[in-house]
Amino acid sequence: MINKLVASPEAALADIPDGATVMIHGFGNAGMPTALIDALIGQGARDLTIVNNNAGNADAGLAALIGARRVRKILCSFPRQADSWHFDKLYRAGEIELELVPQGTLAERIRAAGAGIGAFFTPTAYGTKLAEGKETRRIGERDYVLEYPIHADYALIRADRADRWGNLTYRKSARNFGPLMAMAAKTTVAQVRETVELGSIDPEHIVTPGIFVKRVVRVATSLKKAA
Amino acid sequence: MKKLDRKQMAARVARDIPEGAYVNLGIGLPTLVADFLPKGREIILHSENGILGLGPKPAPGDEDEDLINAGKEPATLLTGGAYFHHADAFGMIRGRHLDFAILGAFQVSMAGDLANWHTGGADDIPAVGGAMDLAVGAKKVLVMMEHLTKKGESKIVERCTYPLTGARCVDRIYTDLAVIDVKADGLHVVESVEGLSFEELQRLTGVPLKKPLIAA
Repeated sequence: MINKLVASPEAALADIPDGATVMIHGFGNAGMPTALIDALIGQGARDLTIVNNNAGNADAGLAALIGARRVRKILCSFPRQADSWHFDKLYRAGEIELELVPQGTLAERIRAAGAGIGAFFTPTAYGTKLAEGKETRRIGERDYVLEYPIHADYALIRADRADRWGNLTYRKSARNFGPLMAMAAKTTVAQVRETVELGSIDPEHIVTPGIFVKRVVRVATSLKKAA
Repeated sequence: MKKLDRKQMAARVARDIPEGAYVNLGIGLPTLVADFLPKGREIILHSENGILGLGPKPAPGDEDEDLINAGKEPATLLTGGAYFHHADAFGMIRGRHLDFAILGAFQVSMAGDLANWHTGGADDIPAVGGAMDLAVGAKKVLVMMEHLTKKGESKIVERCTYPLTGARCVDRIYTDLAVIDVKADGLHVVESVEGLSFEELQRLTGVPLKKPLIAA
């Protein structure tokens, strides 16, 4: 019998080695799997390469992981924010590497990895600093930049509901990068609000099918408002 | 002359958005446009974090941490709105499905090059977000910015000195002094604020402007 439900965040992340590439779901705090990140901090893996849209907000979640100096490199689109002080400090000290990726290119590179695409041409960033040194091509009337997929060893995502097969639903704008990252990693771990019996999620409503998910951990969250 | 304040600029841009348009509002000044969209027109706001049909700010106490806009502020969803993942959100942008992107800017060049993501300063941490995708993807790119920098220099320039967000992508510029179309043959003034002559606008702008067909 397939059962992807794991007892705790700690058990779900025990095998993440030093130097791993870890995708972390979330746009700001929406979708961020804070309980998994806390477990990753406790687990001790270092020299991590992190993929996220941002570089942490305030002192919790990804910001805490960065503050604990466990991140060697981050790929993101929007690191600098009013409350990104942990990242800012390490970046200015030259202690964290940044690969800045336009947000749509970041999403598509992650999607491409999950979908088995070798590379793709996008019009985004053509003629800008972020395309310097990259292969370009004119196709029809437009100029494009060649971009490669981003693969990961692990993806840590936050979903709303899951069953024991790992089928997932999301909640509102907390979906963002979750379905893409779930496809792009060798091992995807989902933190979910609720686990339900197999069959109780309407098949028409499953957003991430279980084939993309290895482990599911239920974490009782204190959502400010559950509609 | 009567310079427009930020709200008046937002109201001016909002007037030009037609019924049925799909629109992305950039963070900062463009976000204000939402408050001035003419009542009675159905206009659908897109947010790059996976929302179509973005609604107004929630009432205090009704915030939901799973429902935020691109500026990461609490948001709401209109009846008929939809949620989707990031690759679809940017497919809508890059795939030319959005009618308008309204963006802030540091500089716009005569050719319609846009600079709005990075000052290029050595100590300035770069952050691009979705700006480069919006610049190349939307059917029309509208820029909203003050006409002059705090030092009084024109933000409409011959060539951008800040790093580009996109080349030749801007269609129209709304400033606190004027509305200017970017066309293949140059910058066409559509209108300017009350009490500002074309000659004075030209003097402040520094790059050649073409007169409106009917004087403002």
